[in-house]
Amino acid sequence: MSALLEVSNVSKVFSMGGLLSRHQVRAVEDASFTLEADRPEIFTIIGESGSGKTTLARMILGLELPTSGEIRFRDKTVSHRVGRRERLAFMGNVQPVFQNPFEAFNPLKRIDRYLASTARRFLKLSDLKAIDRAMDEALVKVGLSLAEVRGRFPHELSGGQLQRCAIARALIPNPPLLIADEPVSMVDASLRMAIVNLLKALRDDFGVSVIYITHDLATAYYISNRIIIMQKGRIVEMGDARTVLENPEHPYSRLLKASVLSTEDAGAGKLATDAEMVRTASALAGAERSRLAERPDGRLVRVYEGA
Amino acid sequence: MTQDILKVEDLKAYYQMNYFGIEREVRAVDDITMTVRKNEVYGIAGESSSGKTSFIKVLAAAIRPPFRVINGSVKYDFNGKPIDITTASEAEIEAIRWKHLSYIMQGSMSVLNPVRRIGRTFEDFAARPLGLSGRAFRERVVTHLAKLKLSPNVLNAYPHELSGGMRQRVTIGLATVCHPEFIIADEPTTALDVVVQKEVLQLIRDIQKEMGAAVIFVTHDMSVHANVADRVGIIYAGRLVEEGPTREMFFAPKHPYTAHLVASLPRIGDTSQRPALEGRPPSLADPPQGCRFHPRCPLAVDKCRREVPPLETIGKDHRTACWRWQDVKPLDHVHRANGQEAIA
Repeated sequence: MSALLEVSNVSKVFSMGGLLSRHQVRAVEDASFTLEADRPEIFTIIGESGSGKTTLARMILGLELPTSGEIRFRDKTVSHRVGRRERLAFMGNVQPVFQNPFEAFNPLKRIDRYLASTARRFLKLSDLKAIDRAMDEALVKVGLSLAEVRGRFPHELSGGQLQRCAIARALIPNPPLLIADEPVSMVDASLRMAIVNLLKALRDDFGVSVIYITHDLATAYYISNRIIIMQKGRIVEMGDARTVLENPEHPYSRLLKASVLSTEDAGAGKLATDAEMVRTASALAGAERSRLAERPDGRLVRVYEGA
Repeated sequence: MTQDILKVEDLKAYYQMNYFGIEREVRAVDDITMTVRKNEVYGIAGESSSGKTSFIKVLAAAIRPPFRVINGSVKYDFNGKPIDITTASEAEIEAIRWKHLSYIMQGSMSVLNPVRRIGRTFEDFAARPLGLSGRAFRERVVTHLAKLKLSPNVLNAYPHELSGGMRQRVTIGLATVCHPEFIIADEPTTALDVVVQKEVLQLIRDIQKEMGAAVIFVTHDMSVHANVADRVGIIYAGRLVEEGPTREMFFAPKHPYTAHLVASLPRIGDTSQRPALEGRPPSLADPPQGCRFHPRCPLAVDKCRREVPPLETIGKDHRTACWRWQDVKPLDHVHRANGQEAIA
């Protein structure tokens, strides 16, 4: 059994402020998890803004270096401070999908140009026919075809199509791991499920592992195998997605679940948030001494000493 | 008896452009007829480029060329003072704006002036409509902010010093400080985190109840409508395709587009496959013939391709524009089971 991605005790501290008034922000604190190579899964990171979920993703992509701890991909440390050849090999294996497809593509460039340059760079193709074939294969995986996309500019496609193109681009080097940072939050409701179902199909049919970063608990429940819930840089609960979301244990996870707007009693106007819950959860964010404890059902929950 | 505060009749508003002899027409709002009653929250749902923002622009009397009202009327009734936006003069609109008709905008960071303290922004917006100044004005603002659970200190803060949720509460405060009768809220919670979103929604609901104002609440997120709106109207490609009480819209939708929107919502505790709608929203410059939804509709027949379905009344407060509304079934069995009990 080998690990695809191993995140061990990773922390990231940003130093902010001027020369005289520096203060430190702990964006990620002591995060550890492992993705297995032989078991593709959708691994979800849930958190609000400022919870450190994007920083964690950037570290996995090698765009930031952890302050302490180590991220290993196939037994090699992830870092951008390596030779060009090694960096390209890593980039061929771990590909990002970003939040807003309209910002991810240059509006003045045709989309197939991005796809072709990815194919040229990572698959080392130079024959035009081979490049076309690689592009078409990737586009077919996401439910499009090269004929539909060739020669089009980003503004000629809908948000959902464009996001699918972004995923197709990421799939060209046949990566075993995709990092999708809020891939559906900018996409319209009627197209959102198409993207989410696509991520699911990638896992089931093509064996791609996906790290899915979101603040939407409902889609997370729908597609993920495992989830971690982050609060202010700390992992507060981690485990099987269904187990955790059906019955969250940590106060913050419970608060998140309670804040999901349900449609079960549509029209009843039930909105009240339990103020006590908010207080309990936010009090724990600053608690000093804490550790992750294992529960009999396999999940890890943060427990606080002296509480 | 409930009174109508807003009556929109046969409203058509197009973007008409004529560059170098090439005419282009975008039919952003096409034949919308609807009313909003006093003291209710009317939710408008629709995806981007469906024309919902254009529709709100007309309601907010922010019509600037090349956007023009082609046909129809938008009549407000502010305590016996009727006004028709489409024919009113600039001065008449100026007189109702903010005092009777206000607007909660989407991006709180781009609404609040970043180089002015919040207190100054309040003065800019609200001092004239309220007719107060100095201490009296400040007291009025402070009491109002207290209702939004904001301390008076925020008046001395700059927008960047506040969190996203606080900023959004400040914009709600700005829009409600003059106690307007009609508030337009355009995606007020889209940029917020789940916990904060719920608090802000609660706040909008509370303040609406307290002031007895009518609110038009625009968002594409159906789960927000489920919890906030009294009635929901669905806009697709510039047309109102269905309108009804929130509960019925969720449990017994009578338009295939609504049925799809409701069925595609994922829920915790349910992992059954969610359907995705194929195709893309139509271009408003060149909408499809007949029913505009037919290229994506699972129920489409020949008639739908030829004739535009009218918005028919099919129940109390429930209208739909579909030739085959009787065949529309809620796609989601769980919902259907719950709903039939609930409605019966």
